Amino acid sequence: MHTRYLWPLALAAVASSAARAPAHPAAAAGTIAGRVTFTGTPPKMRAIDMAKEPSCAAQHQTPVMTETVVTGPDNAVANVVVYISAGDATSATPTEAVRYDQKGCEYIPHVAVMQVGQPLEIYNNDQTSHNIHPLALVNPEWNKSQPPGTPPIHTSYATSEFIPVKCNVHPWMHGYFVVLTTPHYAVTGNDGGFTLAGLAPGKYTVTAWHEKFGEQSQEVTVAATGRVTVSFVFKALPY
Amino acid sequence: MGKLFAVIVVVIAAVSATIFILHVWWPPPDISVHGAGIDRELGQTMVATGVLFVAAQLALAWFVWQGSSRREGRPIKQFPGGATPLVVFAVVLVGIEILSLTFVGSKVWANIYIAPPDSGALHIDVQAEQFAYYFRHAGVDARFGGLHPDLIDDGSGNFFGLDPANDTTARDDIVASSLVIPVNQPILLTLHAKDVGHSFYVPDLRIQQDFVPGLVIPLHFTATHTGKYEIVCTQLCGLGHHTMRAFLEVMTRDQYDQWLKAQAP
Repeated sequence: MHTRYLWPLALAAVASSAARAPAHPAAAAGTIAGRVTFTGTPPKMRAIDMAKEPSCAAQHQTPVMTETVVTGPDNAVANVVVYISAGDATSATPTEAVRYDQKGCEYIPHVAVMQVGQPLEIYNNDQTSHNIHPLALVNPEWNKSQPPGTPPIHTSYATSEFIPVKCNVHPWMHGYFVVLTTPHYAVTGNDGGFTLAGLAPGKYTVTAWHEKFGEQSQEVTVAATGRVTVSFVFKALPY
Repeated sequence: MGKLFAVIVVVIAAVSATIFILHVWWPPPDISVHGAGIDRELGQTMVATGVLFVAAQLALAWFVWQGSSRREGRPIKQFPGGATPLVVFAVVLVGIEILSLTFVGSKVWANIYIAPPDSGALHIDVQAEQFAYYFRHAGVDARFGGLHPDLIDDGSGNFFGLDPANDTTARDDIVASSLVIPVNQPILLTLHAKDVGHSFYVPDLRIQQDFVPGLVIPLHFTATHTGKYEIVCTQLCGLGHHTMRAFLEVMTRDQYDQWLKAQAP
C-alpha cells in the first residue's frame, strides 16, 4: 500500500482523539452516585428576623431559617458539594455563567459551585442595596455595593477555593462560592443524593464538603460503564 | 440694597422663630420616665437661646437699616468706650448663660448617665455591628453565656460569639433583632460593638448613646408607654449606615412573658 493512501486515515485518527478532550482514553460512561447522611443530632437552625429590612421581610410568608445545616428526610444532608478531588482529567472551562441571586435578602443558591475561570453573574433582585463580600483568601478578595436595579456583577475566580460569602449590609446573609477544577461535581438537595456522571474508567478520589461538618474523601475505582455507589456519613453535634 | 438685607435678616429670624414656636419639627411624644426632665431642659435652652437669637437678629437688622441710610461724609458713630468692653460683656453674658444651662441640666443628665440603674432592672445585652443591632436576654437561667469573639458567626446566627457546646449558660440565651421589653420595667442595657463605632438613639425615649468597640457601656431607662418605636444609628458607621435600624417593642408584662417563652431556643 502506498503511503499517500494512509494520510486520510492518519488525519481522521488525530481528529477523533482531539474531539475526545479528556486524557482518559476510554469512553466516559462511568457514574459515581450515592447519598450524604448524618448520625447524631444536628444543630437547630434559627429563624432569621428581617424586621429591619421590611422589603425583604414582606417576601416571606414564613420566617427564613439559617442554612448552616440543612437536613432532609432519613437523615439526609443538603448543600453538600460532592466532587472529584483527584484523578480527574483537565477539561475546558465552561462558558455558561453560574447565576447567583440575592432575593428576599437570601443568597440563592446557598452554595454556588463553579469551575476555575467560569463566568459568575451576581444579581440583586431586591428593592434594597446589597453589598456582596466573598471572603476569599487565595483568590483576590473584594466587596461590591449593588443598589436595586443595577446590572449584574460579572466576575470569575482563577484558583480553586471554598469562599464564604456575606453581605456587608445584612449580617444574616450567608452563602458559599465553591470554585473547583473538575467538571464532575454535584450539590446535594434535601434527599442528600448526588450523581457524578460521565466518568472515564479509572481511580478517583471523591470528596464531600459541607460548610459545618467539614470534608470526607473516599477512593473509588470506576469501570468502563460501571456505576459505583458511595455513601458519606457526617457526625452531627447539636452545638 | 442695605435695607433689603435688613428685611431679609428679619424674615429669617421670624421664620426660624415660627418653626420652633409652632413645633413644626419637634421630638415625638416622650415615652420614658426621665424624658420629662430632658424636655424641660430642652425647652429652657430653646427659650434662652431663641430670645437671644431673635434679639441679635433684630439688632443686626436695625444697624444695617440705619447704616444703609447714612449720608456720604458723615462720621461713623463710635460706641461709648469703644468695641472692646462690648465684646467682653457679650462673651461674659453668653458664657454665664451656657454655664447656667449646664448646671441646671446636670442633674437630669447625671440621672441618666451617672446614677446607677434600678436594682431590679432587667438586663439586656446589645451587640451593634455593620449594619444591625442584636439584643440578648439571659433566658430561663437568668445568666448570660460568656462572649467569645472568635466564635462570632453571623451566617449561623451566632452574633454574640456564644459557645453553647462548652458553656451551658449560653444555651438558653435568647437573641433577637428587636429590643422587646415590658412597660414600666427599669431596663439596663450593656452596649458593645463588634466592629466600628455605632450609636443607640431612640427619639421617643429621649436617649442617645454611642457604642465604642472594646468598651461595654451601660445605659438604663424605663419606658412608660407600650408601642413600637424606631432605634436608629446616628454615628456614620459605613456604607450601609442609613439602613442600620431596629425596633423597640414595649409590651405589657403578659405579652412580654409570652414573647420570651416563644423565643426560647
